[in-house]
Amino acid sequence: MTGPTGTVKSTALRQVHEKLGAKMVDFAGWYMPVQYEGLKEEHLATRTNVGLFDVSHMGEFCVRGPKSLETLEWMTTNDVSRLKAGESQYSLFPNPQGGIVDDLFIYCVTPGEDYFLCVNAANIDKDFAFVTANNRGAEITNESSQWSQIAVQGPKALELLARVISPEVPKMASLSHRKISFDGAQVILARTGYTGEVGAEIFVPNNKAVGLWTTLMERGQDLGVKPVGLGARDTLRTEMKYSLYGHEIDDTTNPYEAGLGWVVKPAKKDFIGKGPMLKVRENGLKRKLIGFVLAERGIPRQGYSLLSFDNKEIGRVTSGTLSPSLNQSIGIGYVDNALAEIGCEFNVDIRGRGAKARVVATPFVGTSLVP
Amino acid sequence: MSYQLPEDFYYTKDHEWAQIDENIVTIGITEFAQEQLGEIVYVELPEEGAKVNQGESFGVVESVKAASDLYAPVSGTVIEVNMALMEDPSALNDDPMNEGWFIRIEMDSEKELANLMRVPDYKKLVSEKK
Repeated sequence: MTGPTGTVKSTALRQVHEKLGAKMVDFAGWYMPVQYEGLKEEHLATRTNVGLFDVSHMGEFCVRGPKSLETLEWMTTNDVSRLKAGESQYSLFPNPQGGIVDDLFIYCVTPGEDYFLCVNAANIDKDFAFVTANNRGAEITNESSQWSQIAVQGPKALELLARVISPEVPKMASLSHRKISFDGAQVILARTGYTGEVGAEIFVPNNKAVGLWTTLMERGQDLGVKPVGLGARDTLRTEMKYSLYGHEIDDTTNPYEAGLGWVVKPAKKDFIGKGPMLKVRENGLKRKLIGFVLAERGIPRQGYSLLSFDNKEIGRVTSGTLSPSLNQSIGIGYVDNALAEIGCEFNVDIRGRGAKARVVATPFVGTSLVP
Repeated sequence: MSYQLPEDFYYTKDHEWAQIDENIVTIGITEFAQEQLGEIVYVELPEEGAKVNQGESFGVVESVKAASDLYAPVSGTVIEVNMALMEDPSALNDDPMNEGWFIRIEMDSEKELANLMRVPDYKKLVSEKK
């Protein structure tokens, strides 16, 4: 096993992963476990029992002070003012053209005073430049290097968290968060995730990450806990049709086309790029993000063309995989409105071969969070 | 982990194997290759009678991770295709050195075998990759 090269960063859990025999890769500038035992086993362990994910590469910003709310309202699309202490929301950083700088989670520590943001690893530098440039008087700090993050996800995640963290965890509402002490340190436990299963994402100081991971692994043995790599993290989120920045959304994507209109609140407030973003909707959306299944074998991959049966390009694949839960090829992509209804059929151009696909309802699977 | 590597097979830098029986060559991928590819979900293979050229792509194997070209170890004409793989490619993961063979070809020239590796050299290549 060779180590990371050049400027690639390691998480506090690197040696734990190597000891577990993980296959490590450079992902967004981080040396991360892509797979331990096998993608399928890890995926199914998360769907049936509980999986542990090292997601310490994610970025964390703090936005504090009397101008924190005003600043966040201006630089994100969702309604931050409705957040009470201990609540959180999914949101977007918009750009002046109405596209998406990044997607993020906003955790409200104290309304109007103190917010904690979680952003994508690949976008940390871009996002911090964005929030700094658009700051309306808040104190904004990039705390990414101080925090590790461990996600605990699956039908048995709450039982494990009750044992290791607190019996209160299963009683917490979905999307809520609180500060809890673990081994003498304060962690932020959020009832959020990226797999579609119940569970939590735990922000933990770097020096406690190994202890937390090891305790979760030990105390979860009888529950069937498994470490899960980035490979299965991607197939799990794809089965839920959760957006991944760089795939479903990017600087040129309109949130309404991406099916993310539910986190855009133009009636409530003004925000960066609001005019251009709404204009796209007023002019009528031309394409829509949909989920589809393949009727035959093969994997639809990002960038593949979607073709009507008379061979016109009607869209593009954004993500695709062989769904481990369904044992069927699934995909996400943008298609022209005319072919975006459930039941519509078209071909995916898989290296020159037309593989027949059909639009289906999403999420592709039922889970402990979304039955 | 030790791999099943028959001494009388030839191997390529692209992790294919070639079993020679007079002028008939059976072609597949090695255990190491299937391990690297992960779960294989689809294969594209040529038809009987097709010409293949040494070092050139004759098909595609698609795993969850990526689609990868298959390169012909030697030049020749396809005389048999493992049709079972087209329906169910799981043999490629379970038994790539036997049940998971792709095609049999009639080799044009034995001289091309000189460009291939034997077990010691192939083992060395794999150990360098790990």
